[in-house]
Amino acid sequence: MPIYSKTIVEHFKRPRNVGKIKNASGIGEAGNILCGDVMKLYLKIKKNKEGEDFIEDIKFETLGCIVAIANTSLLTTIVKGKTLKEALKIKREDLIKSLGQPLPPFKIHCSVLAIDALKEAIYDYYQKEKIKIPEDLEKEHQRIVKTKEEIEKRYREFRELEKEVLK
Amino acid sequence: MHANNEIGTIEPIEEIGKICKERGIYFHTDAAQSFGKIPIDVNKMNINLLTASSHKMYGPKGAAALFIRKGTKIEPLIHGGGHESGLRSSTVNVAAIVGFAEAARICKREMKKEAQREIKLRDKLINGVLKKIEGSQLNGHPKKRLPNNANFWLEGVEGESIVIQLDLMGIAASTGSACSSEKLEPSHVLLAIGLKPEQAHGSLRLSLGRWTKEKDIDYVLGVLPKVIEKLRKISPIK
Repeated sequence: MPIYSKTIVEHFKRPRNVGKIKNASGIGEAGNILCGDVMKLYLKIKKNKEGEDFIEDIKFETLGCIVAIANTSLLTTIVKGKTLKEALKIKREDLIKSLGQPLPPFKIHCSVLAIDALKEAIYDYYQKEKIKIPEDLEKEHQRIVKTKEEIEKRYREFRELEKEVLK
Repeated sequence: MHANNEIGTIEPIEEIGKICKERGIYFHTDAAQSFGKIPIDVNKMNINLLTASSHKMYGPKGAAALFIRKGTKIEPLIHGGGHESGLRSSTVNVAAIVGFAEAARICKREMKKEAQREIKLRDKLINGVLKKIEGSQLNGHPKKRLPNNANFWLEGVEGESIVIQLDLMGIAASTGSACSSEKLEPSHVLLAIGLKPEQAHGSLRLSLGRWTKEKDIDYVLGVLPKVIEKLRKISPIK
């Protein structure tokens, strides 16, 4: 069995919704400086007939591996047209399931980045619009920020160590 | 290591051998990458022990060689039936050994001509990539490198993505990117020569061989710039 499913390869070959949105309602970033992946997600949010916020358009940019690119592409196709409430319910497991076959264990973290970037974009929108941030989302935002800080700290330590060794 | 597997750099083992000899230190070199590709003189290079691997030089998998200079004492790692003068017990893989010997014979016979041919193609590949792709850099020594190795840093792209894009176009390549390693750590070789993790992230290794033709190099030089352009286009860092 090839390590990556047809869905991953297909989304990697022809990523959907690539690009930027001018005057985006919300922008989310996720990444890992240590492994080098950087991801940016743009949302255009409108109100539907019921007066709920929904994702009218979504675009992404990714510097990363096949899983990071394919997963973000796949996520954008899933959440486009969904309300923010629905979009926030999507879990890593749902995304992995949509890929059709299990990911190699060491590649699972790449699939988290896309969902993190989406949460950050919605968080950014809520903040900009001064909408009360749901408790779960606030927690997730704190986790993402903390993880980022930890990784950056590790990276700095690594660079310091390197400087010392090379002295 | 006589020559590095990732970046192809040929190490100054003659000098290292000399230092070892002067100080009475046994000198072992891993010649898996260089054996059969570039000349090795165990006497001139003051080598006590040398390892070489069959499948790295067109021989069958499952055979390797250890050169032991007369008088060098070594301890066996595998005990048992006392095969190979008691140094490595276990039934001998005769077919693989015969294949290995024949592969070595062919490599030695063809070495000079083959190395010249591959160096010409390798340099065409290196110069072509550096010229055609902005933000590209050669990893490893430009001249003191194996005839069959080219390794690049390509700014603003991730290695596994490059490798898979190339694979889809029929080109087999490898990378030192953390994303492609099970440990999620960038190549220690690239870090050791001074690359930052994010630079190792965009590394690409292309290897040549006995069956690589000039048209293959032309094909890679046609495909690779497009792949890099495509990946840079979808990146948030421009």
